[in-house]
Amino acid sequence: MIVLENLHKSFGPLEVLKGINLTVDNGEVVSLIGASGSGKSTLLYCINALETIDGGKVTVDGVEVHAKGTDINKLRQKLGTVFQQWNSFPHLTALENVALAPRVVSKFSRKDAQEIAAKQLKHVGLGDKLNHYPSQLSGGQQQRLAIARALAMEPTYMLFDEATSALDPELVGEVLDIMRLLASEGMTMIVVTHEMSFARDVSDRVAFFKKGVLAEIGAPEDVMNNPQDPDLQRFLSTIG
Amino acid sequence: MDYQFHWRPVIQALPDLLKASLVTLQVSLIAMALGLMIGLVLYFFRASQLRVLRGFGSTWVEIARNTPSLFQIFVFYWGLGEFGIFLSSYTAVVAALTFNCAGYMAETYRGGFNAVNAGQDKAARTLGMTRFQSMRYVVLPQVLRAIYGPMTNQFTWVILASSLGMLAGLRELSGETQYFNSRTFRTFEFFAATAVIYYLIAKMALLLMALLGRPLFKAERAKS
Repeated sequence: MIVLENLHKSFGPLEVLKGINLTVDNGEVVSLIGASGSGKSTLLYCINALETIDGGKVTVDGVEVHAKGTDINKLRQKLGTVFQQWNSFPHLTALENVALAPRVVSKFSRKDAQEIAAKQLKHVGLGDKLNHYPSQLSGGQQQRLAIARALAMEPTYMLFDEATSALDPELVGEVLDIMRLLASEGMTMIVVTHEMSFARDVSDRVAFFKKGVLAEIGAPEDVMNNPQDPDLQRFLSTIG
Repeated sequence: MDYQFHWRPVIQALPDLLKASLVTLQVSLIAMALGLMIGLVLYFFRASQLRVLRGFGSTWVEIARNTPSLFQIFVFYWGLGEFGIFLSSYTAVVAALTFNCAGYMAETYRGGFNAVNAGQDKAARTLGMTRFQSMRYVVLPQVLRAIYGPMTNQFTWVILASSLGMLAGLRELSGETQYFNSRTFRTFEFFAATAVIYYLIAKMALLLMALLGRPLFKAERAKS
């Protein structure tokens, strides 16, 4: 379970998160929607401690993420993260990309790590690309590679930061398909997205962010078909 | 032209010249290896939050890059004597060339680190890697690829610059050549032969770097 309590975060004088409360249960898929700059991505980075926080607290399975004694490297293994810019490691093959963390972080033997990697690459449909370098893969394939890389650490949670925003339109589908697959397998997911149909179809709950405030949250049919917040109504009509 | 070429003295001295080439090679290799390591430390110093480290790193780089290499050798060989520190020619030349290489490499590393996207480290850290692991397995291999060309240049530069060592009394290839020149007065022959030897050493160094670099550039070769 991931719990955010009265979470505050500022960049200099700019307050980007103004007291967020949110609980994500295991097995749940929560989509975060809202205009750019509304604080969605920052919220993800507060969960995996890529960002520090200025107030409140974040707990993952009862462990306070930003507390002094927390072993953040250990905690991050539970929190798979997929970025907008997929950040595949260009000097390693697909197999090596995925096997690296199991080998150096989880201390699997090279052979076991490669088995894990091969399994996860098949999982995302890249079973025939094991020895390809990222430069030989399309954007969609590289993003699936990034998903496989995160899955290889057997995370409890997956955080997606606009995983399809940097992709060519024709490549968006293959990545969304993998995300749907994960959701159907029961993965707990927090998904920052501009893909409204994905949010509607796959999420258990949709949360609308507005200028650092969680303005509206609920089941997708309520939030998206019957929005209460006037800004959300406007947002949904402009984004289609 | 009245000048008669006499190559015999050169041929007779060849074993000694080749032995001196080994000194040249040794001095350059040590200076380059130490320079690579210290240069990386200086890069981190300059990127540090601590003002003292930043100041130290920047001062080193400024002096190393903006004063003549010859003066740097003189400082280590004669200058330190003023403070009661007496280095042998060999140590002084190695130290001075290391000082110089480290300064240049620190600046080269800076370019290399800038060339690696910040997202790489982030991605590594979110997989649970420590700062060190991310550096070791993800960032540095990419930095190394980015700086490989300039690093190779630096290596050939230090081989050629080590000839300045003769002015601090080191019997490396140039020093040895000068010694034979003063005994035989076959100036042109000796320095021509030595130039060829330098050329061959530099070529060998390039070949060595190309071979060492092969595993680094697997991904680039896969593209074509």
